[in-house]
Amino acid sequence: MKTQEEIYLKVSSTLVEALNVDEDEIEPSSTLQGDLGAESIDFLDIVFRLEREFNIKIPRGELFPESIFQGDPEFVENGKITDKGLNELETKMPFADLSTFKKSREVSSIGDLFTVEMITKYIQGKLAAK
Amino acid sequence: MRWLWIDRFLKFEPKTAARALKNTSQAEDIFRDHFPGYPVFPAALMLEGIAQTGGILVGEANDFKEKVVLAKIVSAKFQREIRAGETLVYDVEIIVLRPEGASVKGRVHAFPAGTPIPDPLPEVPVGEAEMFFAHLDQSRSQQLFGDKNFVFSGELKHILGLAKVLVESKDSTPQGVQ
Repeated sequence: MKTQEEIYLKVSSTLVEALNVDEDEIEPSSTLQGDLGAESIDFLDIVFRLEREFNIKIPRGELFPESIFQGDPEFVENGKITDKGLNELETKMPFADLSTFKKSREVSSIGDLFTVEMITKYIQGKLAAK
Repeated sequence: MRWLWIDRFLKFEPKTAARALKNTSQAEDIFRDHFPGYPVFPAALMLEGIAQTGGILVGEANDFKEKVVLAKIVSAKFQREIRAGETLVYDVEIIVLRPEGASVKGRVHAFPAGTPIPDPLPEVPVGEAEMFFAHLDQSRSQQLFGDKNFVFSGELKHILGLAKVLVESKDSTPQGVQ
């Protein structure tokens, strides 16, 4: 069983390769898009690399759900996530830290949920379930 | 203009690897400007060579039903300049093949014109790159481009057709031409 520290180190080395960033630019709280400059296509690349690195299967949309809020109009109201939407988010992404997000609820800041720590927690859960 | 940067396949193992050859020639337009009096084959076109070899490999894996687009060049390194007249060999292998896309690793080898191509290839390539192809989302691409598969429109598939003939003829005569 890998420790959280070991998983984190492997996640950051994966991001170094996928995003061409320096190791010391990466912190647990770094957001993939805002801090590390990831673009949409990089998410697919990151998923492929994590699968290889940790020998796991990551079903489409599980780590980076693309379209939670596109399907159901009840999830969003005036650019903010409704209670129902928040529930959905908690169910779909139990590995994400929603505490800051809950304050603003802005749909536009949903990208900030995708942090290095979030990936680490996700992988940890995946490996534990193996 | 014909945007074909490989001449023929030397090897084609479906879903696994492909090797293609490109003869550069002093007569190609590209050398007039790149550079005047000093013809160097652009590294960007070597990336295109890898992308075409790899793109066909990835496309063939799904019977050309997916629109395969080059989404990202993860890394690329080139060791030296390639002069007009050299023969390039693109050796590409699939690292990941998934419903959403694929990633490949490509190596470029260069030989003086007319040299027999060794197999296995030399250990050290003159260039290498890792790249990533996405399958264009079916519904979205239909919206944008209609039903036509603009990626595999003919010429590239024709080259692959030639490669298949080569493979089949080899299968029937195992001791045949290398």
